[in-house]
Amino acid sequence: MSSTPPDMGSPEKTPTDWRGDAMQRRIRRRYRSERRFKLIGLAAVMMSAGFLVFLLATMLSNGIGGFSRTEIKLPIDFPKAGLTLDASRLAGPGADMALAGAGIQGATDGAAIAAFGKDGDQLISDGAWLTVRSAVKADPALLRGRATIAVPASDAIDIAAKGEGSNEDKAQVAKLKAAGVLTTGFNLSFLQGADSTDPTMVGIWGALKGSIFTMIVTLVLAFPVGVFAALYLEEYAPRNRWTDLIEVSINNLAAVPSIIFGLLGLAVFLNTFHLPRSAAIVGGLTLALMTMPVIVIAGRNAIKGVPPSIRDAALGIGASPVQVVFHHVLPLALPGILTGTIIGMARALGETAPLLMIGMRAFIASPPERLSDPATVLPVQIFLWSDQVNRGFVEKTSAAIIVLLVFLLAMNGVAIYLRNKFETRW
Amino acid sequence: MTQHLKMTAHNVNVFYGKKQAINDVSIDIDQDLVTAFIGPSGCGKSTFLRTLNRMNDTVASAKVTGDIRLDGEDIYAAEMDVVQLRARVGMVFQKPNPFPKSIFENVAYGPRIHGLASSKGQLSGIVEQSLKRAGLWEEVKDRLQDSGTALSGGQQQRLCIARAIAVDPEVILMDEPCSALDPIATAKIEELIHELKGRYAIVIVTHNMQQAARVSQRTAFFHLGTLIEYGATSDIFTNPREERTRDYITGRYG
Amino acid sequence: MSALALLFLIAGLGLIGWLTARVRAVSFRRDSSARFSSLPSHHGTYVAMWTVLPAALFLAVWSSVSPALVTDAVLETPAAAQLPANKFERASVLSEARNLAAGRSFGTFNPLSQTLAPAYASAQKRYDWISSAAALLLAFATGAWAFTRVRPAFRARTKIERVVMLLLLGASLIAILTTLGIVASLVFESARFFRMVPIGDFLFGTHWSPQVIPANDPGSALGAVPLFWGTFFIGAVIAMIVAIPFGLMSAIYLTQYAAPRVRAWMKPILEVLAGVPTVVYGYFAALTVAPAVRDLAVSLGVTWASSESALAAGLVMGVMIIPFVSSMADDSIAAVPSSMRDGSLAMGATSSETIRRVLLPAALPGVVGGILLAVSRAIGETMIVVMAASGVATMTLNPFASATTVTKQIVDLLTGEAEFDSPKTLAAFALGLTLFVVTLLLNIVALTVVKRYREAYE
Repeated sequence: MSSTPPDMGSPEKTPTDWRGDAMQRRIRRRYRSERRFKLIGLAAVMMSAGFLVFLLATMLSNGIGGFSRTEIKLPIDFPKAGLTLDASRLAGPGADMALAGAGIQGATDGAAIAAFGKDGDQLISDGAWLTVRSAVKADPALLRGRATIAVPASDAIDIAAKGEGSNEDKAQVAKLKAAGVLTTGFNLSFLQGADSTDPTMVGIWGALKGSIFTMIVTLVLAFPVGVFAALYLEEYAPRNRWTDLIEVSINNLAAVPSIIFGLLGLAVFLNTFHLPRSAAIVGGLTLALMTMPVIVIAGRNAIKGVPPSIRDAALGIGASPVQVVFHHVLPLALPGILTGTIIGMARALGETAPLLMIGMRAFIASPPERLSDPATVLPVQIFLWSDQVNRGFVEKTSAAIIVLLVFLLAMNGVAIYLRNKFETRW
Repeated sequence: MTQHLKMTAHNVNVFYGKKQAINDVSIDIDQDLVTAFIGPSGCGKSTFLRTLNRMNDTVASAKVTGDIRLDGEDIYAAEMDVVQLRARVGMVFQKPNPFPKSIFENVAYGPRIHGLASSKGQLSGIVEQSLKRAGLWEEVKDRLQDSGTALSGGQQQRLCIARAIAVDPEVILMDEPCSALDPIATAKIEELIHELKGRYAIVIVTHNMQQAARVSQRTAFFHLGTLIEYGATSDIFTNPREERTRDYITGRYG
Repeated sequence: MSALALLFLIAGLGLIGWLTARVRAVSFRRDSSARFSSLPSHHGTYVAMWTVLPAALFLAVWSSVSPALVTDAVLETPAAAQLPANKFERASVLSEARNLAAGRSFGTFNPLSQTLAPAYASAQKRYDWISSAAALLLAFATGAWAFTRVRPAFRARTKIERVVMLLLLGASLIAILTTLGIVASLVFESARFFRMVPIGDFLFGTHWSPQVIPANDPGSALGAVPLFWGTFFIGAVIAMIVAIPFGLMSAIYLTQYAAPRVRAWMKPILEVLAGVPTVVYGYFAALTVAPAVRDLAVSLGVTWASSESALAAGLVMGVMIIPFVSSMADDSIAAVPSSMRDGSLAMGATSSETIRRVLLPAALPGVVGGILLAVSRAIGETMIVVMAASGVATMTLNPFASATTVTKQIVDLLTGEAEFDSPKTLAAFALGLTLFVVTLLLNIVALTVVKRYREAYE
């Protein structure tokens, strides 16, 4: 301890004059700068949220029309239509074969010309005859007389009815509306149909079913592997170089760009193992490899959250390490694991690039039946349609995006609900 | 002795949400003395200390009522500038919290933002003077560019004191400044307090009664948010008026 | 018999094994008061495992071996002598016959397939019977052997748990296998590429036109520098110019200024930006942003404005990356001890001064790590550039002009009917390897920076 008083430095400087003008100005400047800074921060947050809102609003406004379809009430006089169809065959198993050769397409076009003039067949969709065919198959009694069937309008009329399109088309629409034959209905074929070249007939069911198949394969493969790997790494793995390597691998895999997984799928699953190109099983395998690290990381965090006291208690009763994990730790960590899995699956549902690599970019006219059938998924379908500049396709693409976003919203909502309901704070 | 009152507090209540932490406390802080707040843990002494420089403003649920004045001005009035207040009423915390900057930058931080130095030379002068007054200059004068966090615990706390001194405060609040330090560092800080006494009004919160007896001239005893007794330190420790004070001093609880 | 029926039978055998073993275990438990290591159900599971697993393993191995055996059998029939000598044609005829026999197709291109199909069908049927019988026999044998081991002192549960542990370990190894698989496949295919194209031409060449690859000097058309530039320009420059200010200032506002309730719902909204599928961003970029950017360029008098501008893709990518930057910055700023903030405020600093001079410098390593991770994400992004940028490989500094990236080229190269061994297709793997290495390095650096910074505060 020093006994001499410390050097207090240079002689007193004048105490700070807090009330002086210079100081007051400076303080005001500092407060102004503080307000500006805070406003910039708020603006950043608001604008970022605004980007999202703008994006969603654009998609919604473009796509909401896709869910409605303009239809024309077409009067058909069946006996006069000249169909080569034996009505009695429609009841049996040979119905489709009978209908195939009946000439319904010509009859439909003919009826349109008869009802609306020489360009009448341009007013109805190219696929209108399919609606007529379904109506006839459902109720063969129609064939005996005249019937008015609501058939989809052509793409040009559909667009014009929704407010865009050429003036002649809009005039046609006005005429048809005045005649009372134009109706707008819910576009069920969008949800039930598969890909098509005609935007009025196009539907997402094919892609949706492909997505469902792919997701099932992904889940079945990634979930057990991910959970087991997480359990091993957290509970049993000794701390040595091998487990460090595994850990580093998993953390890096989670950050690898998704397109690389596509290349892996192409090189290994398609070229080495010769699995069927563009099949749901290959897509599922590829996405499973991509999703598994996400599940492992989420699983590890959930397992880490279970307090050691629970494990100690179980061991104290004489449970084996495997029993401790499967009877005690896993059930408690399950909500966190499920939340992470759902989020990982949501990410996989929206993935496009890796699936393009394994060939899911073909025109699939009918939904897949088996896991090994060629298929496509909803994001890829959106991508394929995005190239079309036809206004009708823009509407349908945006509508498909809406469907995809609704699914993702639902999945994330479930995940958040699970997290909030079951998250226990120890 | 003539009393120069630097800060006065009347009927102060502090609420955290619904819970009342400080109960109708009135106390005067003398300009030339060291005032100590003592009491068992959780009695509110730190909470009350923080009302004196409006640090409770940073806690969302805190509400302060009452009349607290610095040199006669109400510090909770709308016209009072918090930024200025905190420069005039400095604070040293329980755990030393130097910024992860160099020793020089730590001390220069305050003068820089308040614009107290108009030239680099003047700034260096302020830094040197503050470090000298904090009793740290000799130990660090050759390594001012080293990181402040590389010092020992006691040196870090003296650095924090130098940092507070650098903005030329009138009052220095110390919230258990030695509780994280070893006895030798503690002794150095106590000696420092003794030297700073003439220049700044010092209020020190401590849970160590012997420390209060060593460094302070006036002592306030808090218990469960209420001021039980306030008087000359020697009186409090040798002949307390209140029974609760006597019980605490003699170690019956605490 | 069909595969499904066979699996059912084996499962059924497993069930029988389980039940009988359990009964036996229960019986000797009844006759003694000692403590046992395993429950009766454990004994049951042990026997069931030994019944099902060896047979399943056998079937798995068989399914990869048997097609060759069946083909060999067919080749020995007299009809096979008429097969064409050419390897490709022979393989296609055989595969047609195979499909015919399996009932997967109805028509053929080559009449020879029709004659071979019955041979296929009979050979397949024969081998199927052999494998079914063998599998069932194996299941029975191993199951019975396991059954004999069921004794009071037998530690069935330990044995089962060892299998479970092996399963867990195996699952973890799949992670390593995936990484190895990625590296191996990329390196292997890239090696083939670099036999055709010198690595120097690829990494340092500035001319990229994969549509026209001169056969004698493929490297001259496969110089990837414009791609590297485009990726850097769009992902690391334009996107970051958007993402860093918005992300950082959002994080600052949410951690320092926002009330807890506001923060509680603002933060998830920012996270939603990261959850929107990239194909949606890409479509939005192509549909709305790119025309707007071009109109802006035209109004500014820029002569060379493309409707597939780098700016459009970069802007949208930046918006997508905002949550990556803001979330890492948020975590880093929140990790700075509150004593720093208190210490600064207690000296009369305003909040913005505290943030700018104390908190941000202290949180800087974490923020930088977050930015690096965001860059890594941006350069690996595919769909936005595929849909909004073009395939024109130029080295332009003009944001209104068009540029292309590594990821877009990978997609373009693998579209179309090119053979798998052509330089064009293999170039995609070389690009993929480059991308993988770069993102890996960025991630490692970012995580090291963040980890070291976090240790400083623990």
